[in-house]
Amino acid sequence: MVETSPFPADTEHVITTSKVNFFYGATQALFDITMDIPGRRVTAFIGPSGCGKSTFLRIFNRMNDTIAGTRLEGDVRINGEDIYRNGSNVVRLRRKVGMVFQKSNPFPKSIFDNVAYGPRIHGTHDKQQLAEIVEKSLIRSALWDEVKDRLESNALGLSGGQQQRLCIARALAVGPEILLMDEPASALDPKSTIRIEDLIGELRNEYTIVIVTHNMQQAARISDYTAFFYEGHLVEFNATKKIFTKPREKQTEDYITGRFG
Amino acid sequence: MWKDKAMRLLMLSAASTSIFLVALIFIFLMKESAPFVLKPGLGALIDRQWIPVSFVEEHFGILPLVTGSALVTGLSMLFTIPLSVLGAIYIAEIASPVEREILKPFIELLASIPSVVLGFFGLVVLAPLIKNLFGLGTGLTALTGALLLTLMAIPTVITLSEDAIMSVPRAYKDASQALGASDLQTIFQVIIPAALPGIIAAIMLGVGRVIGETMAVLMVTGNSAIMTWSPLAPVRTMTATIAAEMGEVSFGSMHYQALFWIGLVLLAVTFVLNVIAQRVLVRYGMMK
Repeated sequence: MVETSPFPADTEHVITTSKVNFFYGATQALFDITMDIPGRRVTAFIGPSGCGKSTFLRIFNRMNDTIAGTRLEGDVRINGEDIYRNGSNVVRLRRKVGMVFQKSNPFPKSIFDNVAYGPRIHGTHDKQQLAEIVEKSLIRSALWDEVKDRLESNALGLSGGQQQRLCIARALAVGPEILLMDEPASALDPKSTIRIEDLIGELRNEYTIVIVTHNMQQAARISDYTAFFYEGHLVEFNATKKIFTKPREKQTEDYITGRFG
Repeated sequence: MWKDKAMRLLMLSAASTSIFLVALIFIFLMKESAPFVLKPGLGALIDRQWIPVSFVEEHFGILPLVTGSALVTGLSMLFTIPLSVLGAIYIAEIASPVEREILKPFIELLASIPSVVLGFFGLVVLAPLIKNLFGLGTGLTALTGALLLTLMAIPTVITLSEDAIMSVPRAYKDASQALGASDLQTIFQVIIPAALPGIIAAIMLGVGRVIGETMAVLMVTGNSAIMTWSPLAPVRTMTATIAAEMGEVSFGSMHYQALFWIGLVLLAVTFVLNVIAQRVLVRYGMMK
C-alpha cells in the first residue's frame, strides 16, 4: 500500500498483523498479510470463496488452533499483545474477542442458559448478576422484546434470525472488545439479514467489528473499511467508500463489478 | 404379475418373522406359566423363598431371584456407567486418531468374547481375588458377577455412547470454545448434555444386556437363592435359575411352571427397557 493511510490520524489500531503466513498442513492458505484493523469501526473482509478471509478472521481468536495440522508464521497483536506468543492465555483472548458463526449455533439449552453460558464458565454464578447480564446482552442484540417472556424455553425453538441474534447476545455476554463475524447473515432471509445489519450498525461505536461477507452490498452498507482478499493474498485494504468507488487494484475492481467471484 | 405378488409376500413374511417369533415366545411363556400364576394365588408371587425341591415344603417365591438379578445388575451399572461414559468421552473427544484406532478394536474384541470364557476368567481370577481381598469364605458373590457383567456391558455402552457424543454438532463445540471455554468445560457443559439422551439409551441397552446375561453369572455368583442386598453375598439371578434348573425339572410340574414365570418376568423387564431406550432415541432424533 503505497498510498497514504486510509485512516484518520487519531485512529487506534486494535488488531495488527505483520507478515502473517498460514498453513493447513502443507497447503499455504495465507501469504504475508500485514494489516492494521482500526478499533470501534466495522471492517469487512470480502473476496471469493477460498480466498482465505475466514481463515484470517479465525486467527484473531485462535480458532484455527482447534484444527489439527495448522501452522502460523508472523506476528498477530491485539492491543499490542502478541496473541501467539508462548504462554499466551487463549481463554482470556477469547473473552476479549467474541465470535459469531455463519450458521447460528445456539446450544440446545434454554435462551437464558445460552446467554449465561459464557459468564458462567468464567466464574459468574450469582443469579442476580447473571440475570442482569442476560437482560443487557439480549437488549443489546435487539432480541429482548421478543424473548423476555420465554427465557426458559429452548433456544432451538427460535427462528433462524432470532437464533443468530441470540448467538450475538451470547458473544456479548462475556464482555468482548472485538466481535468477529463469519458471514453472520448468509444463512438468513432478507428481513432477518437487515435486522442483523441494523444491529451491527448499533454496535459499531462500542465494539471493533470484523465481518467476513460474501455479499458486497452488505460490505458496502455496513462497513467503514473493506479488505479484499484473493487466493490468500490481501489485495487491497481501504476505506469502504474508496474500495467501492475507486479501487486501486484491477482485481478488486473486477471482483466488485462482478466479473468473477 | 403374480410373481411380483408372491415375491412381495415372501419378503414380507421374512421380514415379519421376528415379530411373529416374539409374539409366539410371549404367548408360549404365558401359557406355560399361567397355571402357576393363577393356581396358588398371589401368595406365591410374594413368597420370599425359592426352595423348588424339598421333602418338607416347596417354595416358589421368585423374589430372592429378582433381588439377586437387581443387585447384580445394579452393581454392574455402578461400574459400567462411569467407566463407559468416561471411556466414550475419551475416545470421541480427546483421543488422537492413533489412540482411537488402537482402542476401538479392543473394545469390539471384548464384545466378542463368549460369556462362558469370561465366566472361566471370573472363576479362576476374579473370584479368588475377591475372596482374598475381602477375606470371604467364597469368592462367588454378587460383586464377582457384577464385575464380569461390567466387562460384557462396557462394549455396548461405550460404543453407543461414543456414537451419541460424535453426533453432537461440531458447531456447539466451536461456539463454546469461541466463548473461552476450556476443553473440559466444553465437554461437560455442552457436549455431554447434548448427547445425554443417546447416552441414557446406551445405558438402558446395557442394562438389558446385563439382566439377560446367564452363563457368566451362573458360574460366578454362587447360586444361593437368598434375599440379600450385600454385594459380598452369594446370590442367584433369574437367568441363572432357569439355566440351572430347567434341565432337571419334571415336565408340567409346579416348578416347571414357576421357571416359565421367571422367564416371562425377565422378558417383560428387558422388553420395557428396550422400549424406553428406543423411545428416548427416537424422541431426540438419534435413531439411525
